[in-house]
Order: sequence, then C-alpha cells, then structure tokens
Amino acid sequence: MTATTTAPVAAPSVRTGRPRPSACLRAWATRAPLLPALIFMIVVTQLPFVATLVISFFDWNALYPDARRFTGVDNYRHVLTDADLRDSVWTTILLTVTVVLVSLLLGLLLALLLDRRFRGRGLVRTLLIAPFLVVPVAAALLWKHVLYNPEYGLLNGLLHYVGGPQPDWISGTPLLAVEASLVWQWTPFMMLIILAGLQSRDPQQVEAARVDGASDWQVFRHLTLPHLRRYLELGALLGSIYIVQNFDAVFTITSGGLGTANLPYTVYQSFYQAHENGLASAAGVLVVIGSIVIATFALRVVSSLFREEVNRG
Amino acid sequence: MSGTAVRVRRVPRKGAGPGLVAWLAGIVFFLPVAWMALTSFHSEKDAATNPPSFGAALTLDGYREFFGAGGGAGPWPSLINSTVASVASTLLVLLLALPAAYALSIRRVRKWTDVLFFFLSTKMLPAVAGLLPIYLFAKNAGLLDNIWLLVVLYTSMNLPIAVWMMQSFLAEVPVAVIEAARVDGARLPTVLARVIAPMALPGIAATALICFIFSWNELLFARVLTGVVAETAPVFLTGFITSQGLFLAKVCAASLVISLPVLAAGFAAQDKLVQGLSLGAVK
Repeated sequence: MTATTTAPVAAPSVRTGRPRPSACLRAWATRAPLLPALIFMIVVTQLPFVATLVISFFDWNALYPDARRFTGVDNYRHVLTDADLRDSVWTTILLTVTVVLVSLLLGLLLALLLDRRFRGRGLVRTLLIAPFLVVPVAAALLWKHVLYNPEYGLLNGLLHYVGGPQPDWISGTPLLAVEASLVWQWTPFMMLIILAGLQSRDPQQVEAARVDGASDWQVFRHLTLPHLRRYLELGALLGSIYIVQNFDAVFTITSGGLGTANLPYTVYQSFYQAHENGLASAAGVLVVIGSIVIATFALRVVSSLFREEVNRG
Repeated sequence: MSGTAVRVRRVPRKGAGPGLVAWLAGIVFFLPVAWMALTSFHSEKDAATNPPSFGAALTLDGYREFFGAGGGAGPWPSLINSTVASVASTLLVLLLALPAAYALSIRRVRKWTDVLFFFLSTKMLPAVAGLLPIYLFAKNAGLLDNIWLLVVLYTSMNLPIAVWMMQSFLAEVPVAVIEAARVDGARLPTVLARVIAPMALPGIAATALICFIFSWNELLFARVLTGVVAETAPVFLTGFITSQGLFLAKVCAASLVISLPVLAAGFAAQDKLVQGLSLGAVK
C-alpha cells in the first residue's frame, strides 16, 4: 500500500565517482554489512556441496575406508540404472507434483471462501491453519497411528459408523497415504499465501468491473486469477522446495517401504544404513539437478517479483 | 453459487452458503488435531477401540506416561535442546540477516538483485546435498551429538529466507523519512534505532517466527547428527514410529506437547505468519 513512497535507489552517492579511492572505500563500507551473511552461507552450504560432488566420483564405502578409489561416473551410472533408485526418482516427482498441485488447488478454494465475510471467519482461519503448525513428525505419527490404523484409526472408525469398508490405508495405498498427510499439512500454507494475495487486490478495480456488468466468473477469470498468478507461483515454488526435500513423512509413515522411498530418504538410507558414501553423494547430486529444474522455473517467478519491486519507485 | 462470489471490501455482502462450506472445511481440516487432543486425554484402552469412543472418561495418564518416557529425565532434555537450537539459531539468523538486509534495501549495494538471487538459490540446494560431508566433518571434528552444530546448520537453513523477507520489509521504510532524520543531524546508529527499527519491527518478528518454526520442526539433520546428548524433540518423537499404536494416548500427548510451542506462536501471530510466508511480497 505504501509502495509509491519507496525510492528505487537509496544510495546514489556510492554509485557516482567510483574511481576515487575514498569512493572505493565507501563502496566497501556499503558492502561490509553484507559480508558476514554471505561468507557464512558460502562456507556452510556451498563448500559441503562441492565436497559431495567430489565424493560422488569415488567408490567409497564407509565400512571399508581403505578401499576408497576414484571411479569416475560409475556411481551415477549405478544410480540411474538401479531399479530401486530410479523408482525413488519417479516417486519424488510424483509425490512433489501431486502434493503441490492438490494443495494449491484446495488452498485456492479455501482462500476464496475465506476472503468473503461470514460469521466466525477468524475462527475458521485459525482451524484451517492448525495442520501447518503441527510439527511434521507429529503430524506423520498422527496420520500413521491415529488416523490410518486399520483396527482403531479414526478413518476406519468413521467408516464403521456408516457401514463402509475397513481398508488398510498404509499397506493398501502407501504413496497415497503419504500424499494425503502432506496435502493436509501444506494446504493451509498455500491458503495463507493466496489469501494474502486476495487481500492485496485493488477493490476499486473489482467494483468498476462489476459496475460494467461483469459476472462473478468473469471477474474471477480476468481480474482475480491474473492478480493471483504470482502468489500461486510463489506457493508452488516454496511448496516444491520443501516437498522435494520431504523426509519426515516418508521416514515416519512408511519408512520408505512399499515404493514410497523418495530421493532424500534414499540418500539418507544409502549412507546412514548402507554406508555407501559415493553412491549417496551421487544420488544427492541428482537431487540437486532435479532441483535445478524447479529452480529454473523459480527464478522466473523471482525475477517477476523483482521487476515489480524495482518498478515501484 | 449465488451472486456474491466476489466481495468488494467497502460494500460487504453476506452469503450463508459459502460461509457454511468454509466452516465445514475448517472442521474437516481441524478434526485430526482435535481427535489427537481428545485421544491424548483418554486411557490407552479407550484410545484403541473401534468404533472410536467419543465420550470415554478423561485422564492425564497419557501425559504422565510421556513425561516419564525413557525413564529418568524423559523428554525434557530433548525439549530443552530444541529450545536452545531454535532460539539460538533464530537469534544468529537475525544477527546476520539484519545487516545484510540493510545493505540490500536501504544502502543498496551494486548488483543487489544478484546477491539476493544467490541467497535464495542456496535454498534450492536440498539438505541431503551436503549432509554427508557435514557428517564426516562433524565426526572428525568431534562435533557429532553437539547442539551447537545444529544451531549453525539451522542458521544456514533459514538465513536465505530471512534475508529475503527482511530486505523487503526494510525496503518498505520510506527513504524520505530516513533522509529527513539525517538532515536533522541524526547519525546512523540513531537512524537505525529510532527510525528503521520501529518501522521494521513487525517484519522482523514475522521473520523470527518463521525461522523458529522451521528450526523447531527440523528432523533430517537432527536425526543424522545428534544422538543421546543433543537429541531434539522431533528426534525424540521418532522413537514412537514403531510403537504401532500400542500407546496411542501417549503418542498423542507427545505429539501435542512437542507441537505446542509452534501452535501457540502460530495462532498468536497469524497475520505476521501470512506476511512472512509470502516473503514480504504482500504489502
């Protein structure tokens, strides 16, 4: 709302007269506050990744450290040809896409409902946020034991009342079981972001459209949806970043069994249990490559956010 | 759909239908949490019945069992560890992110967009990509099972988001106000403390809240890098994975207690959460 008051460039003095030493000094003084954070990030995140990259080219089992040797791309060949590992790549994609799309759609519907005025709206929003605030491991335990349990879980309990079947959710539809719990956790997150987008809409524009005789659907299709685009993209981006990396739900609900092992779980298992450092690293690098695909999409979103920010002045 | 699908803020229109649907959705989403809370107050016998017992007698046995779990100190050390890791890393994040955000928003450094891109891009690097080297380093440096290692890692996990959020919050401070204070002879520390800090405080609080939540929830690093001494609350919870619902009330009590700090903070600061989660893209 106060966007117009922000000037795009706050320190023009630094940008002019660069060649003079005093100006150079001042440029460094400007940069100085940035350096601790920058150096910290490089040391803690980039260096380990470089190490992972190096290890991924070695045949290295932690139980036989003396047998460590350079093998080139063998680990990658192994990861890509191993049926289990290939499956986990596929599982990761399926899990991420399903959860992000379903929770985004549900989040949009809930946000549209919550954007309207009705009795107890604040309370309903509070109820809806709750799943996102339950610690992920706790949420996964809740689904595994309290809801899915075939003998005394709530789901089958409710089905019992209406005389429905009593399925064994986790062994029957394992991936769907994990996905449902994640959709439950991430829908509120999507809803919050989209709701924020809805409430930043210009009410006058909508009013004008309605005066011109636009129908509800037309207003939604031509005004609301375009305005929401970057919020939908932001939700999809952040959701993907976290769900691609999901470990808690897979680890807790199925322990990676029954074809639900995603890449993060596989990486964890191959070095934590199988002690295959080289293979785990190669799988880890593949997760990164997968993330780059998402990141390419993400950067587009981010630049669109930037463009608006820079144009604000 | 009635003719009220779009609400114009200044002319609120009421429709009972959508409100009803929203209530229904709210109840469906909240039901698992409510059921977890109710089950935590049941005896183990009542918790494990089919069909579920709604009106069974309430008891604190689940909580007693949980706090006595594992003998000795029970879950307390893990709760304390989680508090230390979350609070300390949140403080460290703020300490690093605030000056960085200042340089990226108010005293804009050259190519500030590139720098922000770099921060955000580290977030696209999945945690598993650096897990093994970090584990090997910790093992060789004798830092395994050390809570301060988690503090450093959680800081790196949350710093990019914090820098991003904070720069957009600081960019909201009107330059004219800052300039005016400078013209009046205020020096940088005064400007920071008197002008910028008060205006950016809600944003800083939102950032801190989100960093706290993500640190408190983290499992993978904690699971791999801690053991007996530095175990965090989520790791403690993983002890219940194989209990196969034998101690349902205890599992529910444990889940609820460990989620409580996040639930309380999140409920109390819903609006800030919205602001923060949209990374300041919402003004």
